[in-house]
Amino acid sequence: MFRRRAFNIESLTVGHTETPGVSRMTVVVETDEYGARRLEAHLHKLVPVRRVENITVAPSIARDLALIKVAATGEARTHVMQLVDVYRARIIDVSPESLVIETTGTEDKIDSLLEVLRPYGVMEMVRTGRVAMARGAGAAEKPAARVTQVAGAHDASAGSV
Amino acid sequence: MSGQENKRTGAEIIWEVLGREGVDVVFGYPGGAIMPAYDAMLKYKIRHVLVRHEQGAAHMADGYARAGGGVGVALATSGPGATNLVTGIATAMMDSIPMVCITGQVSSKVIGSDAFQETDITGVTLPITKHNYLVTRVEDIVPAMRQAFYVARSGRPGPVLVDIAKDAQQATTEFVWDGSPVRMPGYRPEHRAGADQLKSAVDLIDHAERPILFCGHGIIAAGAGELLRELVEKTGIPVAATLLGLGGFPATHPLSLGMMGMHGEAWVNQAIQQADLLIALGMRFDDRVTGNLKTYALTAKKIHVDIDRAELNKNVRVDVAIAKDLRTALVEWLPHVEKRDRSAWLSAIDAMKGDSAVRDIQQLPDDGHLYAAHVINDLWRLTKGDAVVVTDVGQHQMWEAQYYKHDRSRSLITSGGLGTMGFALPAAIGAKVARPDAEVWVVVGDGGFQMTMCELATIAQEKLDVNVAIINNGYLGMVRQWQEFFYDKRYAATPLLGPDFAKLAQAFGITGVAVKKRGEVAGVVEAARRSGHATVIDFQVEQEDSVFPMVPAGADLDKMIRRPSPIVETAAD
Repeated sequence: MFRRRAFNIESLTVGHTETPGVSRMTVVVETDEYGARRLEAHLHKLVPVRRVENITVAPSIARDLALIKVAATGEARTHVMQLVDVYRARIIDVSPESLVIETTGTEDKIDSLLEVLRPYGVMEMVRTGRVAMARGAGAAEKPAARVTQVAGAHDASAGSV
Repeated sequence: MSGQENKRTGAEIIWEVLGREGVDVVFGYPGGAIMPAYDAMLKYKIRHVLVRHEQGAAHMADGYARAGGGVGVALATSGPGATNLVTGIATAMMDSIPMVCITGQVSSKVIGSDAFQETDITGVTLPITKHNYLVTRVEDIVPAMRQAFYVARSGRPGPVLVDIAKDAQQATTEFVWDGSPVRMPGYRPEHRAGADQLKSAVDLIDHAERPILFCGHGIIAAGAGELLRELVEKTGIPVAATLLGLGGFPATHPLSLGMMGMHGEAWVNQAIQQADLLIALGMRFDDRVTGNLKTYALTAKKIHVDIDRAELNKNVRVDVAIAKDLRTALVEWLPHVEKRDRSAWLSAIDAMKGDSAVRDIQQLPDDGHLYAAHVINDLWRLTKGDAVVVTDVGQHQMWEAQYYKHDRSRSLITSGGLGTMGFALPAAIGAKVARPDAEVWVVVGDGGFQMTMCELATIAQEKLDVNVAIINNGYLGMVRQWQEFFYDKRYAATPLLGPDFAKLAQAFGITGVAVKKRGEVAGVVEAARRSGHATVIDFQVEQEDSVFPMVPAGADLDKMIRRPSPIVETAAD
């Protein structure tokens, strides 16, 4: 659907929800308000899609998770560990030549950590892309651009997301 | 009844469900992965029409749905059988036609192994179906098929494909049918508009000085033609139609303006550009209807009613957008709208007609040439406007839209959105099967006819009384016209050599006649009408004729190319 309607997906995450059989997708799309409305309407139309929320301007929490493998030995290793502390990240794997750092936060925070680690030699990185949720008890129905939430039911043999 | 008696194979279940969904005919073609279903078919009373190419099956199911209002069903095997349906499915999708395609799939155990005749047809048809299903377990056949019919016919209708693995057709299970409504949590075919929208719409209608109603395909799909007529007669507002809306409002009604858009009458498009209110009912502001969006109907407020929310504010921004079934919307409006005198606006529109009548091709003196527009106008008069006309795509399609006056819903069947050449002949077969008592005419170009002419064999085998008018100009005419206007008459790949169509028809056991003169038209058409069997008529028309007026693609709606008229040009000197 995104391709057919000429939208470009910046990031896409899928996972289970509190309801068995229902998955939730967080899709980030760069578009204007008109595009966002059109996208929302088209997502609504997809038969297995239960709910669509545009949470761009609604009060919401967004998080991204990254695993970053850094080549740090000797003195550099100490520096990297200090930076990890400052960013409240964690070291989850240590080998003689490298460290693997896990960090969760906004995209900005992760980008900034990545920037300071770069001089030490970033060997590899993997990120989940953004997951997001509206604050408070309900989802605000405000139209605007960018982040769209899709909750899709993966019923038996249904196939059209 | 013991449980044992309710045991059925998946193949039998397919037919059990079809029967319970009210299906009395399927259009199909057998093959390996669908053989269990075909074998089971012999035990059931549903009629099967054997096509000559699966594309024909899809178009027949489509034509069946368009003519009769039910859901059309096409049946095909896996792989090439399924991929051959694709053009027909895309055609139905663009024109919102309720259709269910059932395809056989290779056994679930070998799906993904590039087995013989394996295609991921649910993947292929994802963007051209309203929804689709891959069924690999016999227990899932009933829910998938019930949902398929429900999705196909509810809300904005559309094609649904159910792909059923061969082993699921062969396996046996308890057949359970309960008539309870289908529950699909994510699917919301109906919306409800608030009272404020009703009030805004009625206010705009009552206060408009220069309003025009647009009759789109939605009027026909919703069965809202009578309500539209009531609205028109109460408010006195004139009606313009989209190509697919023709017949939704009677063309011979004094308040009918005819078709709008690229090949609509120039004065209709001018009226739209000068209107102060457009009330668009069940249409989607296609580019063929609007021309250049930046200059489209700038002075008009716009009300748009469509059952599909995603169509509202898609191409044209509107003032009042109502996502609702048209019948419901019109029933709500009718008691509230005011009766008003619109004679000033109607005479203003009349004045816009100017020399249109003089330029009309019907006014051309008989110079011994046979003009397509004359043939179609004659056909309209001879059939008294009562035929179901199935057109293909191209010049003849536009001439038909201009010169066959459709007074009834479902009397014009044509591929509008996708513009599928080769549609007419198979779609007409579907239409005739849906309405055996109707007089069915195919109006088709020599190009489009050659795409699916193998279905003449289906006409012969099914003994169908479908008459075919080939508008034969020896060119891919619409492309040739564009080449003449926009490519300096460089006729790249448009001259087209066809067979002797009359002889070809005879080879199929069908009467075939060639017509070269205007004087012969009436006699041949009347003979075909009275014969009680199919006749193919090869109308050898003027080769380099063009459809006028025309809004060039992307141009402003009122900047039309007009038909050059010897009478008008002389008068202007």
